[in-house]
Amino acid sequence: MSQTTHAAAAGGLANRLSTLLYTRRGLLLGLLLTPPLLWFGIIYLGSLFSLLANSFFRLDDFTGQMVREVGLSNFVEIFTPTNLDVALRSTLMAVVVTLACAVIGFPVAYYMARYARGPQKALLYVAVMLPLWSSYLVRLYAWKLLLAKEGAISWVLQQLHLQWLLDSLLALPVVGGSSLSFSPLGTFTVFVYMWLPFMILPVMAAIERIPASYLEASADLGAAPIQTFRQVILPLAMPGIAAGSIFTFSLTLGDYIIPQVIGNSTLYIGQVVYRQQGVAGNLPFAAAFSLVPIVIIGVYLWLAKRKGAFDAL
Amino acid sequence: MSSAVSLRDVSCVFRSAGKSVHAVNGIDLDVEAGEFFTLLGPSGSGKTTCLRMIGGFTLPTSGTIHIGGADVSQLPPYARPINTVFQDYALFPHMTILDNVAYSLMVRGVDRPTRERRAEQLLATVQLPDVGQRKPAQLSGGQRQRVALARALINEPQVLLLDEPLGALDLKLREQMQSELKSLQRELGITFIFVTHDQNEALSMSDRIGVFNQGRLEQVSSPAELYTRPATRFVAEFVGAANVLQGADALQFGPAPTLMIRPEMIELERGDDCPRPDPRTLGLVHEVQFFGSFWRIHVQRVQGATLLVDLPVHSAAKCPQVGETARLYWPDAAMHPIPASHAEQAAT
Repeated sequence: MSQTTHAAAAGGLANRLSTLLYTRRGLLLGLLLTPPLLWFGIIYLGSLFSLLANSFFRLDDFTGQMVREVGLSNFVEIFTPTNLDVALRSTLMAVVVTLACAVIGFPVAYYMARYARGPQKALLYVAVMLPLWSSYLVRLYAWKLLLAKEGAISWVLQQLHLQWLLDSLLALPVVGGSSLSFSPLGTFTVFVYMWLPFMILPVMAAIERIPASYLEASADLGAAPIQTFRQVILPLAMPGIAAGSIFTFSLTLGDYIIPQVIGNSTLYIGQVVYRQQGVAGNLPFAAAFSLVPIVIIGVYLWLAKRKGAFDAL
Repeated sequence: MSSAVSLRDVSCVFRSAGKSVHAVNGIDLDVEAGEFFTLLGPSGSGKTTCLRMIGGFTLPTSGTIHIGGADVSQLPPYARPINTVFQDYALFPHMTILDNVAYSLMVRGVDRPTRERRAEQLLATVQLPDVGQRKPAQLSGGQRQRVALARALINEPQVLLLDEPLGALDLKLREQMQSELKSLQRELGITFIFVTHDQNEALSMSDRIGVFNQGRLEQVSSPAELYTRPATRFVAEFVGAANVLQGADALQFGPAPTLMIRPEMIELERGDDCPRPDPRTLGLVHEVQFFGSFWRIHVQRVQGATLLVDLPVHSAAKCPQVGETARLYWPDAAMHPIPASHAEQAAT
């Protein structure tokens, strides 16, 4: 008894404060949302708008100084064949990486959501997340070693007398190269490896939300498993796949380190932005070019919405 | 008589945490064509597992299941001539009501105009003609229940399984759906196998009832038979209220060591005025409950078990106060002997 009165006296101010916040939900909401909204408004949107503003300026070719005059010269330059080539290659890579992540990630996510239980599920979680625990650069250079001409993958294939398979893959036009670590094939492999967890987790969450009774009802109504997959599972997992693909797509479009370390030194959007900004000091053009992925992702989302990817949300 | 569904020595064993649990233990059951058959039992008694085995969602560990004469024991749900109304209705949230109802025609490759016409018909049958273009989330619980029914009936299954389909509805709606389901079943002539834990629902709807307890079938019979002549103590106590007397307590009234008397079969006289001689027993009233159509009076006897007495509400003058003495009367026919072996089995 004396303990409770003591506690009430000590918590007098705290109690009054909680009562105030409990009765005035608006105040509580305001207190909770102000810091993130300030962050979002000033730092996030602010930098985006400064990017947008910068993209209308231009660099003086002789002095190398930025000229603060509004013009569209940067946007015109994006449409030169070289730059269009970069944008197209990056987009294509992002699409292929996203597709591969979806195809590889879906069965894993499905198994984790529907079959794995207890310790097995925990283990799979860890297995999916484990790569994210170590440094991105370390993993990248580890892949460099794996993919190198004298690297582990090549060695294993040699031992299996499958060197011809690798050689014929590398002999392919466009995607091939002198070795895996110097080919778009290698870039693709590492991209898929890097972003796969970002696909698996949202897809798994989406599949977990499908009640087992939906699948039973579908089977009960005469649908073979493949029909249940197409008519029920896939549409209901689509928001998860869409969320995952936004990660894999935008991460691939924006990355400038992976193609620099692994690949045949053809340029991707991120690298062009990095070079223009860092090496050439052409901030206005870098800003304009970094709007390209934003536009592409916008178009992608619009297409996904039109295709009904978010209908089941 | 042809059996629509027959189960022979069917068992289902689940393994959980290293232990094996007999959810269903050696059941034999025949459901006749056109029958409204109810699987009744408390939760965990095996009734839902039994229904899921008939539906094909769970495969039996041993035994055989025949539907319409064909062995379906190891067939998947989509190869069985039955359909199911699920407890949570399981309507597909991303499809319109019309597409939901037409689903089984769609997966069978029926063209869109035909299947939509048929789905409209079914929606009219369940009295929901104008909701075809809506999504399940826009309907009320009762409406979703009807849609689930229409969807399961569109294929004209030989047998319709219903897994506690009325459990989520409020009382008024549930009673309405009970009578609608019953008349729909009579109209269509389809065999219904209905799972419920609600004994009133089971009694009011079924042609026959199978009572489950701990993975076994305790009794299969008509509702009236089940109520008046329960085969085991468990059935007596699960279906309706029952006074069960045992041992010497039973033998002083009748020939059997276990007797059941329904509370409404007992007549009660208040102790102070005694126009009637020779009461069966005396006791003290220690609880009086009002149930609308009757009073339930708990009479604590001097020796032996407490007896429940249901007094019709029109004889309110006879209703005693707590603490009064009560004299109890009943005819010999009110005492139903329960076979000893069954009673022992239920007690252990």
